[in-house]
Amino acid sequence: MNTRTTAQRRQFSALMRFFHWLTAAMVLTMLGIGVAMVASLADYHRLVSLHRPLGILILIVVVIRYVNRRFSTLPPFPATMSSRERFAASASELLMYTLLFVQPFVGWGMLSAARYPIVLYGSLHLFPILPHGAMLYAVLRKTHTVIAYLLFLTFLAHFGAVLFHTLIVRDGLFDRMAPWRVRASN
Amino acid sequence: MPNASTASAENEPARHAKGGALVRLVGIGVVLLVVTGAFLYLGGWFTPHALTPARFVDAFERVDGIHSGFRRNHAKGVGVSGFFESNGRGTRLSKAVVFKAGRVPIIGRFSFGGGEPNVADAPDLVRGLGVLFRLPDGEEWRTAMVNLPVFPFKTPQAFFDNLVASQPDPQTHKPDPEKMHAFLASHPGTVQAMKIIKSHSVSSGFDNSAYYGLSAFWFVDASGISIPVRWSMAPVQPFVPADTEAAQGDKSYLFDALIASIVQHPLQWHLMITVGQPGDVTDDASIPWPDGREQVDVGTLTLDHVESEETSPARDINFDPLVLPAGMAPSDDPLLSARSAVYSQSFTRRAGEMKEPSAITPSEVRK
Repeated sequence: MNTRTTAQRRQFSALMRFFHWLTAAMVLTMLGIGVAMVASLADYHRLVSLHRPLGILILIVVVIRYVNRRFSTLPPFPATMSSRERFAASASELLMYTLLFVQPFVGWGMLSAARYPIVLYGSLHLFPILPHGAMLYAVLRKTHTVIAYLLFLTFLAHFGAVLFHTLIVRDGLFDRMAPWRVRASN
Repeated sequence: MPNASTASAENEPARHAKGGALVRLVGIGVVLLVVTGAFLYLGGWFTPHALTPARFVDAFERVDGIHSGFRRNHAKGVGVSGFFESNGRGTRLSKAVVFKAGRVPIIGRFSFGGGEPNVADAPDLVRGLGVLFRLPDGEEWRTAMVNLPVFPFKTPQAFFDNLVASQPDPQTHKPDPEKMHAFLASHPGTVQAMKIIKSHSVSSGFDNSAYYGLSAFWFVDASGISIPVRWSMAPVQPFVPADTEAAQGDKSYLFDALIASIVQHPLQWHLMITVGQPGDVTDDASIPWPDGREQVDVGTLTLDHVESEETSPARDINFDPLVLPAGMAPSDDPLLSARSAVYSQSFTRRAGEMKEPSAITPSEVRK
């Protein structure tokens, strides 16, 4: 049997794993900042000042990551995953990519519609991508919250599914994306 | 023989795994709950009495009602525009582009404090002036000033507590004097600030009022050195004391007077920067800096156009005091971040509402 190739292909590439954990750290930080800043008086400004540049950074990383993924070979799903599970995994991955790509644009567009300067750091700022419009702002502002909650729920489902496979089914699903190198055991 | 030993070794963990799987399943549930709990905790779900931007704006709505499309505070106003002509003297204090000699366009808004958009004009109402400086390359400086030399409250909580205490009694439609008394008794700083405010005589109109930025900020110069500053707009129009008699009659007589004077000739203010010394308080807008601090006149604000909120871009602008250009930074004054947060909350709520006509209509401005 062609064990060598399967062993090599058990994990995502080092670059893909790096992007995965980088995105995870940034997005979880971002969700925490987002939900905390809207409820805070004392830290509002500090958190908003982090929120804007981090959002743009996530957008950049998501685009690079998506392009890299398109040109990479992916490890196969473990045999323990049913076709329905495989579909759910692929669909939720696509959903997460979509939400992560759309969310920064909604934030950017919403600040444009509110006619705020979109300051990243110091005098570095982005150009507006939408015209000034209060109602447009209001709709995008609400959308931004809805997407944030959707992202959190998608993360929970993803995290729960990986924990279930790794700890209950024990099919080593986590190893595919483990931050460290996992050598094929068989 | 090897087969037998493998079989028994594999059977043992299998039996353990049955019970273990349940424990691990519960463990997964606990982990997911903890993660969700942490998310909700950060969002303030477990501290329902903590002061948040939403609860702050709720308090404004309880006091003044919800007026669709209007600011929750400083609801009654008009839009203005013009320009700021910098004389270049501010460049030694801050590297901000606005201080380079030259002219930048501005959008502004005059207003009365309070969430009632049809309040009858009166000289003792707090007058507000919001200014947005449109700098080259899309940078902006926004400042929201009032005609009080100091702010009556040191903290957002004190402001909020005063707002709650001033809530009209449903029976008498007036604030409960007992509650106001109790508030002042526990806030000696407010009593002190009110004394300073009362010692300043009020001018006759919007046009000859001074407007103060209240909070301290940091100015950063080209070499990276920071200094604490406060700013104000000093009117070129001569001071005339407020006439309380004139309060009879037209509900918008002070706005009408502003419109009449701006149509006649452009109105001007000097932007005055007060330079703080080491040790001057930067975290308390209710305390003035000692007399004799250096004052730098950095340029002139000229307002030559006035219009109803219904046509002015100022209506849909949030004069957030923390929209600052590079070269300016917030101080440790707790009011600043709180104002930014509460203004944003008010802006978000009104942005999504139907716009009701402003008290100062477009035809009023053309009169």
